[in-house]
Amino acid sequence: MALYSNAPASYADHTSAPIEHRFNPYSDNGGSILAIAGKDFSVIAGDTRQSEGYNIQTRYARKVWQLTDKAVLATNGFAADGNNFVKRVKQRLEWYEHAHHKPMGLKSIARMIQTMLYAKRFFPYYVYNILGGIEEDGSGAVYSFDPVGSYEREACRAAGAAQSLIQPFLDNQIYFKNQTPETGSEPFIPGNLPLSTVLSLVVDSFTSATERHIEVGDGMEIYVVMNKGRTTDDLLDKKKLGPGMEVEELGALGEGGGERTFLVRAALKRD
Amino acid sequence: MVAKAVETPNIGFDFSNHARNQFLGQRLQGVPKATSTGTTIVGVIFGGGDSGEEPGVCLGADTRATGGPIVADKNCEKIHYLTPQIRCCGAGTAADTEFVTNLISSNLELHALSQGRPARVVTAMTMLKQYLFRYQGHVGAHLVLGGVDVTGPQLFTVHAHGSTDKLPYVTMGSGSLAAMAVFESSFRENMKKEEAIALVARAIRSGIFNDLGSGSNVDVAVITKNGTEQLRNYEMPNERGIKSRNYKFRRGTTAWTKEAVRSLVVSEEIKSTSGAGKDQGGVEVKAVPTGAGAGGEEGMEIDS
Amino acid sequence: MWKQRSPGQSSFNDYNTFPLPQTQRVQPSYAHGPTFHTQQPLVTGTSVLGIKFDKGVMIAADNLASYGSLARFRDIQRLHPLGQHTLIGVAGDMSDYQWLQKELDALLREEDALALTDSHPSLSPKNIYQLLSNLFYARRSKMNPVWNAVLVGGWDKVKAESFLAYVDLLGTTYTAPTLATGFGAHLAQPLLREAYEAKAGIDGTGPLLTQEEAEKVLEDCMKVLFYRDARSINKFQIATITAEGSTISDSKSADTYWAFAEGLRGYGAQTQ
Repeated sequence: MALYSNAPASYADHTSAPIEHRFNPYSDNGGSILAIAGKDFSVIAGDTRQSEGYNIQTRYARKVWQLTDKAVLATNGFAADGNNFVKRVKQRLEWYEHAHHKPMGLKSIARMIQTMLYAKRFFPYYVYNILGGIEEDGSGAVYSFDPVGSYEREACRAAGAAQSLIQPFLDNQIYFKNQTPETGSEPFIPGNLPLSTVLSLVVDSFTSATERHIEVGDGMEIYVVMNKGRTTDDLLDKKKLGPGMEVEELGALGEGGGERTFLVRAALKRD
Repeated sequence: MVAKAVETPNIGFDFSNHARNQFLGQRLQGVPKATSTGTTIVGVIFGGGDSGEEPGVCLGADTRATGGPIVADKNCEKIHYLTPQIRCCGAGTAADTEFVTNLISSNLELHALSQGRPARVVTAMTMLKQYLFRYQGHVGAHLVLGGVDVTGPQLFTVHAHGSTDKLPYVTMGSGSLAAMAVFESSFRENMKKEEAIALVARAIRSGIFNDLGSGSNVDVAVITKNGTEQLRNYEMPNERGIKSRNYKFRRGTTAWTKEAVRSLVVSEEIKSTSGAGKDQGGVEVKAVPTGAGAGGEEGMEIDS
Repeated sequence: MWKQRSPGQSSFNDYNTFPLPQTQRVQPSYAHGPTFHTQQPLVTGTSVLGIKFDKGVMIAADNLASYGSLARFRDIQRLHPLGQHTLIGVAGDMSDYQWLQKELDALLREEDALALTDSHPSLSPKNIYQLLSNLFYARRSKMNPVWNAVLVGGWDKVKAESFLAYVDLLGTTYTAPTLATGFGAHLAQPLLREAYEAKAGIDGTGPLLTQEEAEKVLEDCMKVLFYRDARSINKFQIATITAEGSTISDSKSADTYWAFAEGLRGYGAQTQ
């Protein structure tokens, strides 16, 4: 009788105790992003597939966002966090503009993103951010972040599902890692590639990632931010773009400092 | 009296590394991952009735093999040979599907030889399920088995734990629901052969485009009592376009810290062999001086 | 009679015959670590499907609310209109759905009242979707999710185009010309995409399905779901939202075919 009524805790029956199903507030929505900085331009790209597990949720979901006339942000990871993070960044940018009567500069946006990410250090945004655009000195820039706000300015960065496939390729092609120049010729200097080459590398990065990573595919969006006064011939010349690629100029968001942003779309395989 | 050690017959899997592997798995984060064929595989029975066609079985498979989220093989073969009139599509652990179908294929051949008549599909099914049941699901083979024997067209699924199903249309693998949706909405009894092939291809395409574990091409096999048609890469809806850049590296791109050239082959002698090749077609026996090695007189040209 | 439970004691009485009341005493949250609101869905609805057609959008859901594996309530409507040109289809926890209905209806009443006295535009499908997205994301961020997956269908009067989007308990949002929740994402979505792309093409630039074609596809999908989803029922409704407004059909069932089962014998070697 009442044999187990006051059983010590160690007698607890673990098999019949209710299993606590802890709600998991995160998910991984796959996909990949990358950005490459040029001398006077910056390219920020992402694929458009959003997936969960083995399911494609949609073949078109935006991962790359125009923030200002000289800043574009790419987000990757948990899509809900990504979308809401971008929404808050845009809100802060608007507040800044109301307070200071000028859009926030690129490096300030980068620092702001750091503090916004770190503010949620113990319930992080599960998002990898890459910020690209034109710096105040007119140079192309790329800033990459980890989910809790560690960041760095770089010449190029890949993130997301296929980071491990794309980054080594960029290290080789952008930073010229493992490539020795011909004897007697100039050493390679990263960050000086022409736009047409950079675009080709971006396209090849995504078509290759699509081949070998199941979460990458469907389509890609490539944002090109150009410094004021720079020629646009190398982008708008139809012959220089691959088949099926389309360019569209995005109108100026602010007063228009002269920087121009273009959006290049292309299809990717859908399997 | 000395107790005699129990002798175990030296057959089947060797589990002696199990404890070691578990320990290593804890030490290093996780054990090596097997290539799994996140897959869409299907089968339908067609013909017979008033279709006026020979009854048969049509099997289909995609051609993507994955290791986690990485595509390990873009054009693998998942329709395995068992006997001339029996084929088996495999999903699950690639190695297990390969081995289990190979093993059963051998045993079916021996069975046919000893009985003096072709083995039936139920025999293949029974051998597969008994083998898989023995290993309690650890042999991760999920199969669609189809063929034609003296009893007519036969179609089964065999799960890794050893259970089987016998149905007029079946699907397996991560894309099984995408494919089954097609069958459930469009399957009809007594289809013509061409209709069956088209339906199977459509079901596989449904998996290829909607299931991330499936992709690339459509493989089809059609079996009737007259024989088997293997339609490898029946559809190729996912061919890669041309790359926008050429990634050929200039000779000398890779740096080196030191160079050492050694001639390992001092002299070479060619002799004709007896046995299988026997007559080597008048190869002259002569000693060939070699200047082998990098920097040799006639080094191998990789690029030009 | 029974002792009040003190921490660390058994949750049963001394004779192990009945559970003691599990009173949740209000304590400051710091007294026992973080507070978890986490629930689990109890009475649930399964898939909701959505597809765009040439004059609007259609949403379908069956009439079953399950209690675990028990087909508990077999005449539940999971389609709910919000104003003239928006309609939601809800999967997941039905009590959360009813709470959602109450909240949204209250909001819409308020909006209607404002619209009487002011030049107050009515909420567009996009507005309602935005609201739901924010609500779901906020609740997941409080670790107290609204345990649903919702399809929002609508007609945007300003842009004169249809609207179809998804939001779930994680706050995950997306939009596509065809959508499906839960099991429907595995079984119905392939058929919906196939039918949509057959006419519109993979880039969606071709003509869209007609109303009759879209309805046929949805009925097909509901049939497949009934065949293969053990938490479904062959009794469903289809809502149609066009420029003229939204309508919800009476409950209907798909024609099912079981005749081939006659010929099946066993699962293996059996022939009789």
